Amino acid sequence: MNKLMATFIQDNLEEIISRWQELMKDDSEERFFQIMSQDVIDKTSREFAELMISNLYEGETNYENRLKDFTNKVVRFGWSISFVMKAITHFTTVVYTMLEENGTIREENMKEYVMTFAAWITPMRDGIVETYAKTWERTVQLQKIALQELSASLIPVFDKISVMPLVGTIDTERAKLIMENLLEGVVKHRAEVVLLDITGVPVVDTMVAHHIIQAADAVRLVGAKCMLVGIRPEIAQTIVTLGINLKDFTTTSTLQRGVEQALAWTNRQIVEVEED
Amino acid sequence: MGYQSSVEILTEWDIVAARQLGRNEAKEVGFGTVDQARITTAISELARNIYLYAGKGKIEIERITEGGLFGIIIIASDEGPGIPDVRKVMEDGFSTSGGLGAGMPGVKRLMDDFKVETVLGEGTVIKATKWIR
Repeated sequence: MNKLMATFIQDNLEEIISRWQELMKDDSEERFFQIMSQDVIDKTSREFAELMISNLYEGETNYENRLKDFTNKVVRFGWSISFVMKAITHFTTVVYTMLEENGTIREENMKEYVMTFAAWITPMRDGIVETYAKTWERTVQLQKIALQELSASLIPVFDKISVMPLVGTIDTERAKLIMENLLEGVVKHRAEVVLLDITGVPVVDTMVAHHIIQAADAVRLVGAKCMLVGIRPEIAQTIVTLGINLKDFTTTSTLQRGVEQALAWTNRQIVEVEED
Repeated sequence: MGYQSSVEILTEWDIVAARQLGRNEAKEVGFGTVDQARITTAISELARNIYLYAGKGKIEIERITEGGLFGIIIIASDEGPGIPDVRKVMEDGFSTSGGLGAGMPGVKRLMDDFKVETVLGEGTVIKATKWIR
């Protein structure tokens, strides 16, 4: 029966594709059909149809592989998952309707055909969902690693002075990382003053403040001083309104001032050299 | 009732989503940078409280108008354990989780109007309003 259907689809490929395209155009929010030239649409449609048929041929030996191949190719089209699902639904609808129209599917064999269709479509859908999910998981995983690499590095700028620029949202996991890197770096670089730069932190709420205070306390324990720099005016106002006590901190508006202060603490300063 | 949108709070990252929504809304309604920061911080505190104490809940943001004034309401609702002693929670420095204890009283100061409805064992609804001055 699969073979019969495959031959039928192959024989009527042109009509199936044109009907399928009609259906897809009618109900897709996807911009694919609007932006792409008819040429590209035709080519992609044919490819998609051939993939659909390739899944019909029996021979269980490499069915798994073919399915994997199919899903990988479909995912590579770059369509959204809902669009792919719609494409599959519409494709089967067209094939089913046409088989009904030419009298291949009749009342007495309908059940059989429904089963065949289900056996054809279900593994495809499952495979596609799985492949998409895997792709996403991988992407998220990689981004997480990338984010961690950017997360919190302590940069030695002068002898005894290090800076940690914080950029982005601070969650519990990152706060832990900040603390670890801070302490490790202080010991490694023999820093006496550490500047925490929060210019790039969008929101300073009580939790972020709490983490910063804890980090500063820990830095003090290993024998260095911690300074908070890069406090934007609106952040300063919210911190005051929230009632967060940062009185034990030396804070400055910019990193530049912070560095000057840090140099003063370590009995140094930057001077202009007079030319002879 | 005006325009409304909401974010479910289930994970720590939903807190970020909630305050992003809040910031965008606040910007669109016409709040200045300082008030945007206030609203965003307030949402952050309320969403974190949901995440920490109730496990899950919802942050809704509603645009409101009254007598020619424009503003925003943050509605933080959950079906968590409720707050046993609201007065205590509103004191500065009170925390059951080892935090700073500045969250709830802080939000009250950040916003113009602040209401807590809580029933032990049933949940909490907090409504905080901010008007454009």
